Amino acid sequence: MNATAHRSGALVWARRNLFRSPLDGALTIVFGAISLWLIYKTLSFVFVTGRWDIIRVNLRLLMIGRFPEAHVLRLVITVIGLAAWGGFLAGFIRARQVRSGRVPNSGTSLAARLGDIGMRLWLPAVVVLLLLLLSSTPGPWITVGLALIAAIIGRLVGPFAGRPKLGPVGSAVVFVGLGAVPVGLYFYVVTAVGFDDWGGFMLNLFLAACAIVLCFPLGILLALGRRSTLPLVRVVCTTYIELVRGAPLFVLLLLANVALGFFVPDSLVPSTSTRAIIVFTLFTAAYMAEIIRGGLQSVPRGQIEAAKAVGLSPVRQTGYIVLPQALRNVIPAQIGQLISLFKDTTLAGIAMGLFELLNVTTAITAQEQFRGQGLIGETITFAALMFWTVSFTMSRESQRLEKRLGVGVR
Amino acid sequence: MLKWVLQLVVVGLVVALIIWLYGNYIDNTAEQNIPTDFGFLDNPANFQITGNELSANAPIRDALYQGLLNTLRISVAGIVAATILGTLIGIARLSSNWIVSKLATVYVEAVRNVPLALFVVAGLLVVVLGVFPTIQDAWELGGLAVVSNRGVAVPWFVGAGFGLLAIGTVGAVAAWIVARWRSSVSDRTGVLPRSGLWAGGAFVIVFAIGWVAFGYEWTLPELDGRQTVGGIRVDPSFFALFFALVIYTASHIAEIVRGSIQAVPRGQGEAADSVALSGFQRMWYVILPQAFRIAIPPIGNQYLNLIKNSSLGAAIGYYDLTLVAQTTVGNGSPAVPVFALTMVLYICISLVTSVIVNYANRRSALVER
Repeated sequence: MNATAHRSGALVWARRNLFRSPLDGALTIVFGAISLWLIYKTLSFVFVTGRWDIIRVNLRLLMIGRFPEAHVLRLVITVIGLAAWGGFLAGFIRARQVRSGRVPNSGTSLAARLGDIGMRLWLPAVVVLLLLLLSSTPGPWITVGLALIAAIIGRLVGPFAGRPKLGPVGSAVVFVGLGAVPVGLYFYVVTAVGFDDWGGFMLNLFLAACAIVLCFPLGILLALGRRSTLPLVRVVCTTYIELVRGAPLFVLLLLANVALGFFVPDSLVPSTSTRAIIVFTLFTAAYMAEIIRGGLQSVPRGQIEAAKAVGLSPVRQTGYIVLPQALRNVIPAQIGQLISLFKDTTLAGIAMGLFELLNVTTAITAQEQFRGQGLIGETITFAALMFWTVSFTMSRESQRLEKRLGVGVR
Repeated sequence: MLKWVLQLVVVGLVVALIIWLYGNYIDNTAEQNIPTDFGFLDNPANFQITGNELSANAPIRDALYQGLLNTLRISVAGIVAATILGTLIGIARLSSNWIVSKLATVYVEAVRNVPLALFVVAGLLVVVLGVFPTIQDAWELGGLAVVSNRGVAVPWFVGAGFGLLAIGTVGAVAAWIVARWRSSVSDRTGVLPRSGLWAGGAFVIVFAIGWVAFGYEWTLPELDGRQTVGGIRVDPSFFALFFALVIYTASHIAEIVRGSIQAVPRGQGEAADSVALSGFQRMWYVILPQAFRIAIPPIGNQYLNLIKNSSLGAAIGYYDLTLVAQTTVGNGSPAVPVFALTMVLYICISLVTSVIVNYANRRSALVER
């Protein structure tokens, strides 16, 4: 017994985790061999056999599609603006949380907080760095650099806007301003280049972002409608939710692509990208409604009774007491749905022919200089890396948010 | 009073919207002389479905029916394979073996966060057309399968059809009755039920009797020059779609299985250990039955997703319901009736599936105290 206790840690660890029994040992050897083979194959594909020129040459097409050269500056300004906005929002929220006492003001040093951000965001940072290294012009470097600076400035300015001194009018101005920035930037880009000319990964991100913003209010309304005490409203909402959930998204996109024109007057027929956004919104709202309904059911009855007891009107009971708790309780499911919406934006390429990332990856293998070389493996790997990075980061952030909001603890 | 006014306003708005859309539809179709009825179902389809002997002159009705069958085929095959793979990976994630659990975690995290469409396209363009050999030097896997970029040939029954399916159904019913009988015997006398063994035996016996009585046979695929003979050749598009659906759905099922196993109270596993069950017995008799009770509703959702996701086969030329509908519309059939019919069929499949899942859920929930 004593002898084992004195053995080195690694041996004890291996015995406990790899060779507990003969069967365990066999599993270790078989799957160890498979792992080594997979690692070898991956490394040799990335560094030796993979021909990544096709990505280097087409990087721009992959990221922003055929966005006109003359207007790229608008995209640069938008990226920087969004970075500043994101930093500002982070600082603003933080200040409000500190004020309401949910987060301790001090105690964590700057270094610890930077380390925390590094732990959270190293993966997307590495991928962005990889993209920058692949690019052949200084433009992207400058953009990312300026965006970083803008984000830091925003983060430093943000807390001042969260101060109580501002009063109700000041707060309202800040809130409206926060909402207006992304909308303004959107119009800034879209007045120059209508988004039917957008493409690449940017289009995937944009389609997802639009549908995410739009599906939330609709989903909440549908969920409340389905739980309503008014029978007719309930029937309408339930029918909508069940019909949409029964049909495949791909068929809905096909239908919107060829048949939407029949249902509205010619003057109102939307462009292809708009149709995609409409379908994504209507589709995700039905799923979101079911998730939110689950959240509504998980709010204890006592909460509603307490709200009634203090004399809140039904609208306020829902808005101030029930809905915040319901939404908090189902954060993982909601983010999961949003991730799957983001992944489903590839369907818009297949069903509607939008020039999004998946379509670009298959299209560039048919270019004259790369045709017939079997480069589809490389291009699809690149697309997979892009989607994977965003989705994985989102799901990790959702776990963190869940922990921070204390789901299942409070 | 206010409540009724509110409801009437909502319903009125919805009805007005529907009337407006329908009116536009009637006007637009009348203007362009597009029929709005289902008469197109009797027109010739004018296209051939790969891997199907249906002639191009057959009516659209038959083509849609074949598409529906293809959707059901890929769904059933995918559901079975994804459940097995997903369960194994879900268990592997909780393994005490470090390499096994890490490998399973990497699989789940890598696959879950990539769009299914990428797997479907990669399955066809990278795996089948890129990795698989040409038919001349096809891989013959122990005489059981022939793998080439023209598809995968596997052993199959001769003259298989609804007859064999009927025998299988009879066998399954017999197995169910025997299992019920065994458990009632066990309740009365206390002997071990061994229902699985008995039911499996009953199924095999019934199936063997039917097999011999109706003279079924099976054949192995062989390479004959530039084609395969015998067995059944699985189309590249079927193989790619199957591969993609199974890999993708298994990663989701694995997470559900893992969560459900973790939700089984620790005491159950400890109790199994304390009565000296082996690792397999502990999993099979104690943990998994309780875990699956928790897992049935979310796994049922994954089945529904898989069925709906099989419509992505249209992207790689697998003639499922969606691609048949798409092709029909491309050949000039009216789009709205075709897609309306397609959606109704999908909704019916979904409804039947959720009825089955709900039935399984109720049965398993009843076992609880």
